Amino acid sequence: MQVPAPFEYERATSVDHAVGLLERLGDTARLVAGGHSLLPMMKLRLANLEYLIDINDLHGELSYITVEPAQIRVGAMTRHRELLESEALAAAFPIFGDAEKVIADPVVRNRGTLGGSLCQADPSEDLSAVCTTLNASCVIRGRDGERVVTMEEFHRGPYETAVGDAEMLLEVRIPVRANGSSAYEKVERRAGDWAVVSAGAAVWLEGGTIVDARVGLAAVGPNTAGLPEISEALRGQTPSDELYARAGEIAARSCNPATDMRGSEEYKRHLANELTQRALRRSVARINERV
Amino acid sequence: MQVTMTVNDEVVTKEIEGRELLVHFLRDDLALTGTHWGCDTSNCGTCVVWLDGEPVKSCTVLAAMAGGHEVRTVEGLEQGGQLDPVQQGFMECHGLQCGFCTPGMLMTARALLDRNPNPSEGEIREAISGQICRCTGYASIVRSVQWAAAEQAGTRVVTPKEELRA
Amino acid sequence: MTTVTEPPVTEFEENDQKPVGHGRMLRKEDPRFIRGKGHYVDDVQLVGMLHLAILRSPVAHARIVSVDTSAAEAHPKVKLVVTGAMLAEKGLAWMPTLSNDVQAVLATDKVRFQGQEVAFVVAEDRYFARDALELIDVEYDTLVPVVDVRKALDPSMPIIRDDLDGKTDNHCFDWETGDKAATDAVFAGADVVVSEDIVYPRVHPAPMETCGAVADYDSIDGKLTLWSTTQAPHAHRTLYAIVAGIPEHKIRVIAPDLGGGFGNKVPIYPGYVCAVVGSLITGKPVKWMEDRSENLISTGFARDYIMRGEIAATKDGKILAIRTHVLADHGAFNGVAAPVKYPAGFFGVFTGSYDLQAAYCSMTAVYTNKAPGGVAYACSFRITEAVYLVERIVECLAYELEMDPVELRIKNLLKPEQFPYTSKTGWVYDSGNYEPTMREAMRIAGYEELRREQAEKRKRGELMGIGVAFFTEAVGAGPRKDMDILGLGMADGCELRIHPTGKAVVRLSVQTQGQGHETTFAQIVAEEIDISPADIDVVHGDTDNTPFGLGTYGSRSTPVSGAAAALVARKVRDKARIIASGMLEVSVADLEWDKGSFHVKGDPSKSVTIQDIAMKAHGAGDLPEGVEGGLEAQICYNPENLTYPHGAYICVVDIDPGTAQVKVRRFIAVDDCGTRINPMIIEGQVHGGLTDGVGMALMEMIAFDEDGNCLGGSLMDYLIPTSLEVPDWETGFTVTPSPHHPIGAKGVGESATVGSPPAIVNAVVDALKPFGVRHADMPLTPSRVWDAMQGHPSPSV
Repeated sequence: MQVPAPFEYERATSVDHAVGLLERLGDTARLVAGGHSLLPMMKLRLANLEYLIDINDLHGELSYITVEPAQIRVGAMTRHRELLESEALAAAFPIFGDAEKVIADPVVRNRGTLGGSLCQADPSEDLSAVCTTLNASCVIRGRDGERVVTMEEFHRGPYETAVGDAEMLLEVRIPVRANGSSAYEKVERRAGDWAVVSAGAAVWLEGGTIVDARVGLAAVGPNTAGLPEISEALRGQTPSDELYARAGEIAARSCNPATDMRGSEEYKRHLANELTQRALRRSVARINERV
Repeated sequence: MQVTMTVNDEVVTKEIEGRELLVHFLRDDLALTGTHWGCDTSNCGTCVVWLDGEPVKSCTVLAAMAGGHEVRTVEGLEQGGQLDPVQQGFMECHGLQCGFCTPGMLMTARALLDRNPNPSEGEIREAISGQICRCTGYASIVRSVQWAAAEQAGTRVVTPKEELRA
Repeated sequence: MTTVTEPPVTEFEENDQKPVGHGRMLRKEDPRFIRGKGHYVDDVQLVGMLHLAILRSPVAHARIVSVDTSAAEAHPKVKLVVTGAMLAEKGLAWMPTLSNDVQAVLATDKVRFQGQEVAFVVAEDRYFARDALELIDVEYDTLVPVVDVRKALDPSMPIIRDDLDGKTDNHCFDWETGDKAATDAVFAGADVVVSEDIVYPRVHPAPMETCGAVADYDSIDGKLTLWSTTQAPHAHRTLYAIVAGIPEHKIRVIAPDLGGGFGNKVPIYPGYVCAVVGSLITGKPVKWMEDRSENLISTGFARDYIMRGEIAATKDGKILAIRTHVLADHGAFNGVAAPVKYPAGFFGVFTGSYDLQAAYCSMTAVYTNKAPGGVAYACSFRITEAVYLVERIVECLAYELEMDPVELRIKNLLKPEQFPYTSKTGWVYDSGNYEPTMREAMRIAGYEELRREQAEKRKRGELMGIGVAFFTEAVGAGPRKDMDILGLGMADGCELRIHPTGKAVVRLSVQTQGQGHETTFAQIVAEEIDISPADIDVVHGDTDNTPFGLGTYGSRSTPVSGAAAALVARKVRDKARIIASGMLEVSVADLEWDKGSFHVKGDPSKSVTIQDIAMKAHGAGDLPEGVEGGLEAQICYNPENLTYPHGAYICVVDIDPGTAQVKVRRFIAVDDCGTRINPMIIEGQVHGGLTDGVGMALMEMIAFDEDGNCLGGSLMDYLIPTSLEVPDWETGFTVTPSPHHPIGAKGVGESATVGSPPAIVNAVVDALKPFGVRHADMPLTPSRVWDAMQGHPSPSV
């Protein structure tokens, strides 16, 4: 098995300590939480650092799912397994459960974290698409305090986020609105594989009409795609198969997938269409089931 | 640097490099070779051990990260000379052939039954879906776990075919 | 259309009548594995042991301009750095392959595939060894890589093997079998001819344990002890003697527990030779364990056959002839393990299980800038390819004739009275009773009900497929007059010794990689001499204390070594009979053997047990005239013929019409491996092989980009099925013993890997019938299935 190049190991005892270490050690230092994105890259020597700052001792402080009237706040260190098992999250945002079931595998989910996944910012990464779909915001702590950014601002490009060298992601905030639900659809070649294409959808209804709808895609191009054009097309409309088909068609032409071993560009565009429709349909079905 | 952790109920302290992986720490520094490795990308699961009671892929955990925590390996399944029901189940139901993925499968099976004493076939398959077996085709592993579940629940039926064993 | 047969008497009822040997006993080797006390090569720890890491070429084809090792040598933890040039000085830079080609141990002039070995370091631990690789500076002058096998013979392509004298192209060999004229004549006159291009892409056995070795050379004694992941310890020992010039009696090869082999652990890899050289030079034990990426990109792959299959038939479905041309990709060096006279292995069984009037195959094998190998992964020496071809082309015929694929097969299957059957390519099938096997599969599957369900689903636009495959394979190589590998005959030895207290030791030449030899061979011997398997120790894997043999590839053990074990046990029993006659003071003819004792005919009270006889054989007092003391025997078994297991498989798939994802709903496998030694172990072998089939049919492939970069170099890219991709297997059996095998057993280890890929591909293609799809190549990933649905299936290579 391949092994990492040498580095110094540091363990953070608090958020302030972690941020302080990052500042002192500079851009050759990185945080490690679950480690299942970073350590494989280090073993393949694709990521080389001088300092690794272990923040797993902050799990107590930074792992939480707190339900408030207008939002749910999720700590950055919350593990995938905890997101999957949370009944509160499942009730408010079933898209999380859908996605977590098909992220990596059960053993990896014991370690990987929400923050780690978002900060890795792999274009195929599912939780970024989930958070984009839910219009989440990210709370970033630096030396000078905290700032809050939208998912669009957070996710800058492949492997690039708004988190600066001496900053860390603390929390993700998801706004709660009435009469909504969500769903996630993913096609993978085999259990545990990265997505060929994934689509997340969230829909809010009022008196049978769509008040708002959001769709987020993964693995369809360099950026996780949030698709405002779909939101515009769906607002004020009555859910129907034709409407979903229209949304799917927008999704297909709004993304930029590449042909690779997972699939051809043509197939991926088709999936963007198909999965968008399925995710929307299921979101609406879930709202109606609750009534 | 120095690291101290509890492995199979014993406190150990060793001098390590920061980059040393937990799987190598267990195999090479502690001579616990029951835990294996089989890939470079955290896919195969032959390295699964428990970290604070939860299955983890020890090839993707630094030994340093396990410092101050509890690790259990397959060597720590047997208690007081008694095999764990999952160990017995794998033998009874031919849940292993070459034995290489087996330690990891046993650790995951034991953790599953601790949380879910009567899992369905689907739940068992889901629990082991992050670990690859090239020999058994998985059905016998499922049966092995079901055997263990029935055994510890006291509901296992002794079948006539068991009498045929040499 | 079909009749349903009664289920056979269960094995458990039959076993009630049987003595201790055969039956569903638990495995003797399990107690150590479930405790984590297996002993694999990477578990070997010796005092002062050093670690070896190999620097590999990042490019597929290039001249080596320079190799600068000075920085690596200066690293304080590095003990040795070796380049191709240094090996060349010792005459060790090249070594023979199992196909009479040569392969570079470390590259000297050129690198010929991505991942080829260029240099190695030996360091104090594996971490430093890995670091030191980055300190070696190699300058490459890249050349155009030969990646597209169809273009390998174009005059514009560079010559890969310019190390061979007089090489003017990338041609490796030509081969043919069958009667071209007769076959062409049959095709010319046939009502129906169906042709199809069928690819069996490059795949990899990928056992969970990678390959490796620990070499320990004792310079005082001149003895080399080599622990290695080898399926053929004796053959390796002989080759090391030839290659490294160490006298053979001074080499000990030990194969400890192996974490799977599947053919991947048959060849000698450069890494093993590097470890030996490392130990020779440093005087310390040296361990080399490859990474998974090294395993996938440089060790023995499997298949890579581009086939054109043609089948000729009458319009009512009588198959007349099969003709095929194959383009074979052998990689940069011809490293296939195949008997010398059979460069294409046993591909000649592409005639399948059918009674043909004629058959012909022509083959062109070429070199490409890819890893060497080709014969692995339960290939049975190319039988996987042969069976895939015939079962796919028969299915295409069924499609064209609009005939039920089971009906078409039953119409053409060989009949039991035709055995022993000589095929049109000269293979003598020992025995077979095919139709009952097919019908048993249909019964378990509920075939007619499945077709009804399919018809209803099709009306609703749902995609359900039922795939059938019937295979005959040939295993247990082979008679020494026909078969040798590098001049070593494929016979196998066995020794059995009974101790004074009646316990036994049997020593085998074949090497287990998980298939349970410690149990099954004890069972074979137990069946003959009625000593309990618990009292029989099976020794294997160490050349110092086992007899010579060619090793286990995937199905060879039971037909060859199993025969040897049965025969040597009978030899011991014959000697015991003579000793018993002396003990009971009767003639040999007056004795009967029954459940572990010899007794006087007509007077059962006068008897002696095998244990009594063992004690007498070692004890005081005279033995009968001409009988030496001790109770042991040894044989070298030369198989009379191969054995021919067969099977009938049925696969049911459902395809999501929107995403084109394939789900294997059910898989029914009925195998006939002749006499069944341990049903539990047989079932395990079948389950494992069926999983291979799901992998190859739906997701496994070692692919390359146009620059020759290997795209299957990790388990993230080379996808192996998990527990979620496979169903609960449904297995059955029929029994048609082999007439020439001492216990009638045929072997089963490879059968499921042979028969399952065509069954699954046939199922997927059947599901896509509404789209007019007659063929689609593996791996049938969702994207490739979707392409077929759109009307543009593409070849996978």
